[in-house]
Amino acid sequence: MTTQTILPVNAEALKALSESKQEPTWLTDSRLASLELAGQLELPKLEKQRIERWNIQSYGEYKESKKLASLDDLPEQVAKLVEGSREGGLVIQRNSGTVHVSLAPELAAKGVIFTDLETAVKEHADLVKPYLHQALKNDEHSMAALHAAVWNGGVFLYVPKNVEVDVPLQAVMLSDDAEATFAPHVLVVAEANSQITYVDNYVSDSLTAPVTHNGAVEVFVKNGAKVRYASVHQLTGEVTDVTFRRAMLENDASIEWIVGEMNDGDTASDTMSILKGNGSTSDAKIIAVGSGSQKINYTTQAKHFGKSSESQMITRAVMREEAQAIINGITKIEKGATKADGQQTERVLMLSPKARGDANPILLIDEDDVTAGHAASVGQVNREQVYYLMSRGISRTVAESLIIYGFLAPVVSEIPLEGLRDQLQGLVERKLGQ
Amino acid sequence: MSTKFVIEGLKATIEGKEILKGINLEMKGGEIHAIMGPNGTGKSTLASALMGHPKYEVTDGKVLLNDEDVLDMEVDERALAGLFLAMQYPSEIAGVTNSDFLRSSINARRGEGNEISLIKFIRQMEGKMKELEMNPEFAHRYLNEGFSGGEKKRNEILQMMMLDPKIVILDEIDSGLDIDALRIVANGVNAMKSEKRGFLIITHYQRLLNYITPDYVHVMMQGRIVKSGGPELAERLEAEGYDWIKEELGITDETVGQDA
Repeated sequence: MTTQTILPVNAEALKALSESKQEPTWLTDSRLASLELAGQLELPKLEKQRIERWNIQSYGEYKESKKLASLDDLPEQVAKLVEGSREGGLVIQRNSGTVHVSLAPELAAKGVIFTDLETAVKEHADLVKPYLHQALKNDEHSMAALHAAVWNGGVFLYVPKNVEVDVPLQAVMLSDDAEATFAPHVLVVAEANSQITYVDNYVSDSLTAPVTHNGAVEVFVKNGAKVRYASVHQLTGEVTDVTFRRAMLENDASIEWIVGEMNDGDTASDTMSILKGNGSTSDAKIIAVGSGSQKINYTTQAKHFGKSSESQMITRAVMREEAQAIINGITKIEKGATKADGQQTERVLMLSPKARGDANPILLIDEDDVTAGHAASVGQVNREQVYYLMSRGISRTVAESLIIYGFLAPVVSEIPLEGLRDQLQGLVERKLGQ
Repeated sequence: MSTKFVIEGLKATIEGKEILKGINLEMKGGEIHAIMGPNGTGKSTLASALMGHPKYEVTDGKVLLNDEDVLDMEVDERALAGLFLAMQYPSEIAGVTNSDFLRSSINARRGEGNEISLIKFIRQMEGKMKELEMNPEFAHRYLNEGFSGGEKKRNEILQMMMLDPKIVILDEIDSGLDIDALRIVANGVNAMKSEKRGFLIITHYQRLLNYITPDYVHVMMQGRIVKSGGPELAERLEAEGYDWIKEELGITDETVGQDA
């Protein structure tokens, strides 16, 4: 079945917008070519779910965002998120554009670049062009193509060779105007032997109509570099969130993904590490809480090309009310990736008889000399455990929440950033209606 | 007020099969009652039914704790009313630490706004753990996860000591314990003896009763209490087994609800 993608913008308007922003010609051309592809390609295929039935048409249109005069002008929710974490660097996108950029002078002096992607394409084209849309290509499917056509704001983070940054750099992506296109693109390039931690939050506020977030993340980790990428999505129910994350790893490079999926609306996310280099490693931790009548599709992938490459993927998801989740783990080991090791675990805890969860561990292995393993489980809160806790005077609600937090704890307790851990804990509580 | 605990004509089924066929028992604060009997006679069912285990359905009878029928209560309300069951097979709960669990249990009694301070709680817990010769690291371990049989039993006693219940039911607390652990557990129970508190000790060995002297001994068979007496009854059971009671009462199969 061919599903025609209805394009939210036509070529003339896209071209005019790109030109009005004084984007380089190569980017204007790339946007236009991508738009054309978007009209031809199929939608991404989700396992057991039909994305064409979701609200993926609410792109709105580009609206200029006013720069913040001061961080004091931030909406309260965002202000809270960035409290006490401004010292490294901070990029804030509001709807279609960036409203704040800052970076500690000592990091800038070391050659670290942390700015919005729209600025970077102009000021650092030589560093952006070789990478943009290379990990997530614009011909993968119509949503990737459409993203490449309309992306706005975004983040560009560049860490030079041998530079180790020990404070996390932070970004906040805020959607609070349903008429404005919200399509940030995050591009991270970590040069050889560098180290960086990046944390972002996707939030929305006071939306009065549906919004489609079509987002992309590309991370390039060079030889021996280490990137820790943490992302928390807490978009309200008006937002349909489709996010593709890709990391490309060279020799001995490593990435650690920490993803908190706390949206209230339909969500598809696909987080993939491409382990090209020998000795490269990927560790992905996903925690998720689904509620209401959310439809959810989380995919975590590791593609091994390099010898002795290692991947670890853990997803723990709690589904309440009528939330329906499909959780896929795909470990692919290509021929020649000898001594590769791929491990994955997906666990789903269902809190109501109407909640649904499917965990699909998939191992695709074309090489003999490898180790790989998977574990998956889907279950309900154990009645015996609830009884035991209640027999000590703990109410049913508290007993269940202790069990739920206990279920998430093995992942949450491994999160290396204390602030993020606390934030996730709070979000879990909110999502669980406590 | 002295505690009064009365079981009247208690009947209970599991999956439609009647296991308790009318239990009658009365105990007061300060008393220790032992329920003995061979395996499969309904002893553990009695413990579970009193606490409100969801697998058991109570079909008849009353269980009054200070004139309030606990059968009308949810499991947590029974606990708050003063009932405590040290379980034969406590659940293991990953991700919930022993100390978080205990603190939640204590705070459930104290109510919102009156939570126990962390310092006070830790001091109390460490003190009780020392009495029970428990390794302090158990406070931070996940609840019962990877605990040996003996460690789980000590952990049950620790909870009993911290929660200060009115009626304590010990379900086969002695099974799987070596002599040292048995002595420690018994000391824990003896230290908790008080005029305000009643104990119901379920066991099929007499050896626990060498350490905890019961005031009353009841024998269960076929889902009923078939004989009651003083401590001398336990001694006779230890010496002669149960056959004489079966003979006396004309019972051939003492078990209940078991498929032939």
